[in-house]
Amino acid sequence: MALSVDITKRLGNFFLNVSFETVGGIMGILGKSGCGKSMTLKCIAGIEKPDTGRIVLDGKVLFDSEQHINLIPQKRSVGYLFQNYALFPSMTVEENIAVTMKGTKEEKRARVQKELERFGLSGLEKQYPGQLSGGQAQRVALARMLVTKPAIILLDEPFSALDASLKEKLQEDLFQMMSNYGGEVIMVTHDRNEVYKFCPSLMVMNDGHTVMTGGTRDIFKDPEYYDAAVITGCKNISAARRIDDFTVEATDWHMILHTAKRAEEDIRYVGIRAMNVEDETDGSKENTIPVRLHDSMQTQFDIMLYCESVDDPNVILTRRTAKYSDEFIPAAEPEFWRLPPESLLLLK
Amino acid sequence: MKEIIANIDWSPLWISLKTGVVSTAVAFFLGLLIARFVMYRSQKTKWILDGIFTLPLVLPPTVAGFLLLLLFSLKRPLGIFLDTTFNFRFVQTWAGCVLAAIVIAFPLMYRNTRSAFEQVDVTMIYAARTLGLSERKTFWKVILPIAAPGVASGTVLAFARALGEYGATVMLAGNILGKTRTVSTAIAAETASGNYTVAGFWVVVIICLSFLIIVTINVITGRGMKQIRRWK
Repeated sequence: MALSVDITKRLGNFFLNVSFETVGGIMGILGKSGCGKSMTLKCIAGIEKPDTGRIVLDGKVLFDSEQHINLIPQKRSVGYLFQNYALFPSMTVEENIAVTMKGTKEEKRARVQKELERFGLSGLEKQYPGQLSGGQAQRVALARMLVTKPAIILLDEPFSALDASLKEKLQEDLFQMMSNYGGEVIMVTHDRNEVYKFCPSLMVMNDGHTVMTGGTRDIFKDPEYYDAAVITGCKNISAARRIDDFTVEATDWHMILHTAKRAEEDIRYVGIRAMNVEDETDGSKENTIPVRLHDSMQTQFDIMLYCESVDDPNVILTRRTAKYSDEFIPAAEPEFWRLPPESLLLLK
Repeated sequence: MKEIIANIDWSPLWISLKTGVVSTAVAFFLGLLIARFVMYRSQKTKWILDGIFTLPLVLPPTVAGFLLLLLFSLKRPLGIFLDTTFNFRFVQTWAGCVLAAIVIAFPLMYRNTRSAFEQVDVTMIYAARTLGLSERKTFWKVILPIAAPGVASGTVLAFARALGEYGATVMLAGNILGKTRTVSTAIAAETASGNYTVAGFWVVVIICLSFLIIVTINVITGRGMKQIRRWK
C-alpha cells in the first residue's frame, strides 16, 4: 500500500471527486486541461485543502476530514515538480539545490557538487535560473526536490514548457532519473503518448472525477467508458443499443455491428479507433459501411482519411493509415469501410 | 549669501534627517510585517485592512495630526497615562516628529511592499513549502529577495515622505527650533516671518535631497528596467 486518495472538493461550479490507489512505479493521470489533474496533485501535496475525504501515504494520514487531520505541506514528504519548475530566481543553481540542506558550508558544498554531477549540471552552479535552458531548469528542480528524499514524487505536466525537439531526450532522461529514484511517482499530463510510453498504471480523469483506473495498456485496449475512450484518443464513437450478446446497433451510424466481445446490458456507445478501420471492397461482408471520401489530412507519419457514409452524409468516420513515404500518395477512393468485430470498443 | 550660510542654524536639517531615518526604519519593518499579514488574509478582509492602512496617505496630514493629538494630547487619557507613568510625551517633542512621520510614511512603505508581494509567483511559495522550508524561512529567503526591488523603492519613497512631512508634524510636535523644527517647518516659518533668503536656502537643500532620492530609486529599480523596451 502506497498512496491512497479519496477526496472531494467544490470550487464554484467545479466539483472534484477523485479516488485511486497507486500500485508502485510511475502512475499517470490523464485528462483534458482544466479537468482537475493539477488540483488533485495540489491536494496531495497539501497546497490545497479538500472538503472531504482521506489521503494516506505509506500508512501516514496526510489528510482526513473526519479526524480533522490536515498536515502542512512541510510535513508530508511529497516532492512536487511544478510545471514552470518554480526555481527561486534570486538564488543561484547551487543555492537552489542547497536551500533545504543542513550543516556547515563545506558539507553543503560537497553535497551540492555531488548532486550537480549526478544530474549533469556541473559548471552551472553560479548561474541564475533565468540563464538556464528548460531542460537544465527541470534537472535543477529535480535535484532540489530529490535532496529532500520525498516518499512520493508528483510531476505536473513536466514537458509542457519544453520545445518538441528537446522533449524526447528529456523524457528519457527524466524517466531514467525516476527509475533510479525507485519510489513512487505520479505524473499528470494531457499527452497520451507520454502516458503510454512511461506510465504502467493510469487514472483517467474527466471534469473533476475519476473515470477509471487500471493498467495503461488495458485501458487503451478496452476503455470501457465513453469518456475514457475519448480521452485515450478514440476518433469514432456512436451511440449504441444492445440487440443480443454479440450484436449492437450503432444508432448514429445506422449500422448493425457484430462484436467479438460480449455486449453487456449497460452498453451505451460503440467506438473504434481510427487505426483499426479497414478498407473493404465487398459490401456484403459483416460490419461494412459504404463510404465516400470527404477529406484527408496528413501528419508527419500518418494519413487521416475522413469519409462520410453514402447513406447519410452527416455520418463521418475517420481512418488512420501509416505513411510509408514522404510523398503524399492519395489513397484510392474507398468503396466500403469495415469495422472489425475484434476492434470494436463497447462503452458505458 | 556667504553670510547667510555662515549664520544658518543647521539643526533643522539634522532633525529632518534623524526623523527620516528613524521613522523609515520603523515604517520599514511595520510595512513589511503588515503587508505580509495582509497577504495571508481573504480577499474581503484584505480590502478592509488595505483601506485602513492606506488611509493616512489619502487624508490631509493635518487630519492625521489632529487624530494623533486626540490620542496623545496631554489632556487626553492615553497622553496623560504615558506622561504620568513613563514621563513620556509625543506632544511638542522629537518623538512627536518621529510618530507623525511614521504615520504619514507608513502607507507608502506598506503599499509598495504589498504590491511587490503580489507580483511574487505564488508557486514559489508552494514550492518552498513542499520542499519543507518553514513559513519564516520561505518569507525571508524566498519571497523577500524576489520582492526586493519593490520593497526598496517603497523604503526610499517612505524616507522621502518622512523627510518632507509638515502638516502632522506641526500639529503634534510643533515648531521648536533645535528640538522639533524640521526643514519643512523651517521653510514655512521663515517664509511667514519674511526671511525669504533663509527659506530659499532650505528649498534648495530639499530640491537637492529629493533629486538624490529619485536617482536612488532609479538605481535600485534599474536592474529590472533593463528588460523594458524603450517606446520609440
